[in-house]
Amino acid sequence: MAEELLQVRNLQVNVEDKQILHSIDLDIKPGETHVLMGPNGAGKSTLGYALMGNPKYTVSEGTILFGGEDITKLPVDKRARLGMFLSFQNPLEVPGISLSSFLKTALEQQRGVRIKAWDFRKELRQAMALLQMDNKYAERDLNTGFSGGEKKKAEILQLLMLNPKLAILDETDSGLDVDAVKIVSQGIKTFQEHRNGALLIITHNTKILEALHVDKTHILAQGSIIKNAGPELVEEISKHGFEQFLQK
Amino acid sequence: MEEKTYVEDIDRSLYDFRNEDKDAYRIEEGLTREIVEQISREKHDPEWMREFRLKSLAIYNASRMPQWGPSIEGLNMDNIVTYVRPNTTMQGKWEDVPEDIKNTFERLGIPQAEQTSLAGVGAQYDSEIVYHNVCKEVEEQGVVYTDMESALNGPYADMVREHFMKLVPPADHKFAALHGAVWSGGSFVYVPKGVKVAIPLQSYFRLNAKGAGQFEHTLIIVDEGADLHFIEGCSAPKYNVANLHAGCVELFVGKNAKLRYSTIENWSKNMYNLNTKRALVAEGGTIEWVSGSFGSHVSYLYPMSILNGAKAHSEFTGVTFAGHSQNLDTGCKVVHNAPHTTSIVNTRSISKSGGISTFRSSVVVTNKAKHAKSSVSCQSLMLDNISRSDTIPAIDVRTADADIGHEAKIGRISDDAVFYLMSRGISEEEAKAMIVSGFADNVSKELPLEYAVEMNNLIRLEMQGSIG
Repeated sequence: MAEELLQVRNLQVNVEDKQILHSIDLDIKPGETHVLMGPNGAGKSTLGYALMGNPKYTVSEGTILFGGEDITKLPVDKRARLGMFLSFQNPLEVPGISLSSFLKTALEQQRGVRIKAWDFRKELRQAMALLQMDNKYAERDLNTGFSGGEKKKAEILQLLMLNPKLAILDETDSGLDVDAVKIVSQGIKTFQEHRNGALLIITHNTKILEALHVDKTHILAQGSIIKNAGPELVEEISKHGFEQFLQK
Repeated sequence: MEEKTYVEDIDRSLYDFRNEDKDAYRIEEGLTREIVEQISREKHDPEWMREFRLKSLAIYNASRMPQWGPSIEGLNMDNIVTYVRPNTTMQGKWEDVPEDIKNTFERLGIPQAEQTSLAGVGAQYDSEIVYHNVCKEVEEQGVVYTDMESALNGPYADMVREHFMKLVPPADHKFAALHGAVWSGGSFVYVPKGVKVAIPLQSYFRLNAKGAGQFEHTLIIVDEGADLHFIEGCSAPKYNVANLHAGCVELFVGKNAKLRYSTIENWSKNMYNLNTKRALVAEGGTIEWVSGSFGSHVSYLYPMSILNGAKAHSEFTGVTFAGHSQNLDTGCKVVHNAPHTTSIVNTRSISKSGGISTFRSSVVVTNKAKHAKSSVSCQSLMLDNISRSDTIPAIDVRTADADIGHEAKIGRISDDAVFYLMSRGISEEEAKAMIVSGFADNVSKELPLEYAVEMNNLIRLEMQGSIG
């Protein structure tokens, strides 16, 4: 049995004084793809933020191990450098910083060396081509004035460039049209297959999962994981919804 | 996250080094008729200039300190040395500049910049220009770029006399009068009709002497249809006594001419920066101000554009960064005095660690300025709860058909944006520096690359220590 990449034990998370997550356990092995589903307000995004280390989300109990290291109290940038990535549901607009210079800075901080402009541009062009993004977006201000679809593509572009060990995708498919879902899903597949990256895909609907291999599925409701299963659960939920699980 | 926005005092060693003012000629402290006479003698002024200085001194003595802005009580003119001459004459080659002064400018990157990206350079050290050089091609176009003293006694003496302190008369305010009395150094530029100078000229002002004042005068005349980009850089090391900068910049932009005047001021935090800049723009002419104000203890700085001919245009793009113990009162003024004149003002101000940043704008539209158009936009970013940011707009319109807009926004650095950048492996300090640099990109994207890099380094320097 392979060593766990992510090991979450009895994780309890508060936002201000309110407890949102109760005793979450979750194990993800290197290269595995997990799907996290659940109704609105279940705490799915909270789990993503807490794993990534957003300081607004306080861990009151429990531990998060990443690659065997306890990261429960580690600042967000350190977690990222260990190989964790969060694709935001609503990526922030940061005026005055171009997407390409932002990505270059991030890569340099991650690798600890300066990257040659030429090599960087080549790598960036390839990733953008895969996501059918116009090269012009590289020089535009980060997410500023991007459409919803372009923002999500830019998130997956960052995923492909930064090449983490684990990517948490928070509703990357929401607000995308059919074609965009296909393209984004293609990008995720590349990460999955060619980079052997592990994924925790938080989603409402199953369209984005159609082309992807799934190892495990979890249902989160009212702050607790109420069901763990294999890939077959995705189809069941897609046909019958969450209701049957919630009533039990 | 409140405590995370705490920013420590910065390491300014890059600019803070100082040389002993050995061998330099240093006039007595304070301001008397004798001192002004002595400066005039030292500088071999023509007679009219001697009289001009004395007249200015009388105005200075008769006028009151400004009462409407940040306190300048810490500035005692009796302690300020108004004239410090470095122990050298002006040189045309860097190798002839004395070692310690040359090293100063080398550390600031001036000779290097001259080689790579400038058409001419003037370098002032304390009260005098120590180096001046213009590249041959530009000289052959008929462009004159020289120090003010040479200009006063050279072939352009009449032109200088005709324009000197006509735009900023000594009676304008107390520190304009002071400038008129003790001014020294600075540059004179004349760009003849139709000449377009392809690469920028630069003057760099370094105030090294302790407790001294720098009063350089910059006079630029861009003749009809000509085009120039002039860059001004300023810095000084830190002392525990007050230093004063009361420079004066007068710009004359001819018919259909264009002048861009870019400044990065980076004074040390004991500096009182009471600088006056003004441009007169003729029909169809354009003045573009690009201004980065960093450093200084107190600044009063409001470059003014007088749009005096039809369709004259002014653009002001500025950023001000006020940190701990700084009170920076900056902004700009525009006077629309002819039909179809247009102006754009776009400024950003940043305050942190208790710094106070005040943006003042004044837009005056006279009854001659039919169909004038003006838009003012100012955005402020406060990095913590102890800093302050004010916006004081004044608009005076005397014609019915002007189109005037004003927009002001004040915001904070977004914790969510910091989290977002950090989630890509960027440190908190770097994330905040990126957000602040991005906020100030209205100025950095207008500057030549080297200066944009320098400005972003200054921001990074100011943001150092902002770790959570």
